[in-house]
Amino acid sequence: MNVLSFVNAFFSDSAHWHGYDGIPQRLLEHVQYTLMALGLAAAIGLPLGLLTGHTGRGGNAVAFVATAARALPSFGLLVLIAVVVGIGLLPVMVPLVVLAVPPILVTTYEAVRSVDPSPVDAARGMGMHETSILLRVELPVALPLVLSGLRSAAIQVVSTATIAAYVSLGGIGRYIIDGLYQRDYEKVVGGATLVALLALVTLAVFWAAERLAVSPGVRRR
Amino acid sequence: MESVTKRYPDGTVAVDRLSLEIPDRSITVLVGPSGCGKTTTLRMINRMVEPTEGTILLDGADLQRQPVTTLRRSMGYVIQNAGLFQHRTIIDNIATVPRMIGWGKQKSRERAAELMERVGLDASLGKRYPYQLSGGQQQRVGVARALAADPPVLLMDEPFSAVDPVVRKGLQDELLRIQEELGKTIVFVTHDIDEAIKLGTMVAVMRTGGRLAQFAPPAELLSNPADDFVEDFLGADRGIRRLSFFPSAGLELTSDRVVGVDATAEQLAAPDAPHLLVTDAEGRPLGWAEPRALTAGDIAVEGLLSYGRPFVPGTDSLRAALDCAVLSPTGWAVAVDADGRVAGVVSQQTIGEAIRTAHGAGDTGDAQAGDAPQAESAGVTKVGP
Repeated sequence: MNVLSFVNAFFSDSAHWHGYDGIPQRLLEHVQYTLMALGLAAAIGLPLGLLTGHTGRGGNAVAFVATAARALPSFGLLVLIAVVVGIGLLPVMVPLVVLAVPPILVTTYEAVRSVDPSPVDAARGMGMHETSILLRVELPVALPLVLSGLRSAAIQVVSTATIAAYVSLGGIGRYIIDGLYQRDYEKVVGGATLVALLALVTLAVFWAAERLAVSPGVRRR
Repeated sequence: MESVTKRYPDGTVAVDRLSLEIPDRSITVLVGPSGCGKTTTLRMINRMVEPTEGTILLDGADLQRQPVTTLRRSMGYVIQNAGLFQHRTIIDNIATVPRMIGWGKQKSRERAAELMERVGLDASLGKRYPYQLSGGQQQRVGVARALAADPPVLLMDEPFSAVDPVVRKGLQDELLRIQEELGKTIVFVTHDIDEAIKLGTMVAVMRTGGRLAQFAPPAELLSNPADDFVEDFLGADRGIRRLSFFPSAGLELTSDRVVGVDATAEQLAAPDAPHLLVTDAEGRPLGWAEPRALTAGDIAVEGLLSYGRPFVPGTDSLRAALDCAVLSPTGWAVAVDADGRVAGVVSQQTIGEAIRTAHGAGDTGDAQAGDAPQAESAGVTKVGP
């Protein structure tokens, strides 16, 4: 049997479409983990990135934190925290947030840093407050890059959130881990396909967000 | 500005004990080589840079006493690359300060539209974004944005140095026109001495190390440079440039050497001159020719020598008149009236005498060429048939 027929068999089996182990339920769980982790990471990475980028101070600290966080293996962190605090949502969220913060933090910092200094100088010279300068002059211009940081974080979280299944939680990882354990390769391939599809949907969402949120004057079309 | 000094923590002195009285409702130009502290001086006026020592007073009040945002909102600020907000439309760029100080959206936009017209921008550009405009247009938007809340003071930091010379000349003329209408107190920074002389009511020449070398009206700067540095900075042709401040109205014109295209044989033979200027039936210049080469009743327009560019006595300066004479193949400059009809011709020699007289008439020379009284027709003769 080739991969395509696995995929076909997985998605055409009506048993996979309802119940607590059905595709809609698992997708919902997966999306929930992703959004929660991404939300937390954005809450940490965006303000820090905006602030360090605007003041130009703390750039080395940002780079250090990002490199250190990238060096941590998600799976190792998951197991470590599960051992320490026990099974639950926390051991899943920590590695996902640790994974998502660096791309958000670093790109946001770089995005704000690379904004043309002359509009900022003009804004300051006309008496604009620093907060307004950051939010109304720098951020709109930095937005495409900031969104690209969020996007790469989101893609990584979507694919890594499968590890939630290791600590008895749901999500699409359930199919992959159960499938491997049960030697049910139809399930493994089906789960992997779902993750890939969800990653594509994420890309589409960010593409739409960019169309909506970025000014035509910045997009230059 | 009273004895203002800016010293950076590393010991560099950007501005050194500078004292300057900037006159109201006129253009004061700060000019000097790079690193002379002219931009730092400007930026101390809106407190983008805080002075280390000394005080800056505005209408007698210490700038340090008022909140920095209030101060900056009362001063328009124009910078080199315009510094437009690329995510906002032109109208919204111009409306920034009015919106910031709490004008309504509608009122701000109306004001912005009014300013676009004032700086010579087409209303249709209002909905565009900065990247869709040329450098010169962006700079006009920068000026409009600075004028939006009608501040009494305008600070301009090398605003025209990033555009090409033709566009720059247009922007300079526009600024002079706007200034005539609005009468702002403008402080203008440039490294271009020609720009300083053209725009400034008063020019402050600064030297490296942040010191004031000379503070004077442009004509005085050209006639009496304070020292070698200023003289050097003014360039080799300051004598020629100074002529811009002398009116050409007093030049004695002659119509002896001017003949119509329908001239008779006697008219052609009468003047004892190597060249004659031929005009058309309306009196507009056609070109120079040697009298021998002209046949009465059959003057070939194609065979005439070019007459160069004419000057308008009363409007143009002696510099323009001299330029015409130098460019003319015969050494004679052609003077025309506002309608382009020949008022007479004048030789290099006569212009030279006028220059000597002008220099001799006391080294005041502070009459701007543009303000010169209209030709007192004493020396001006009309072209005869």
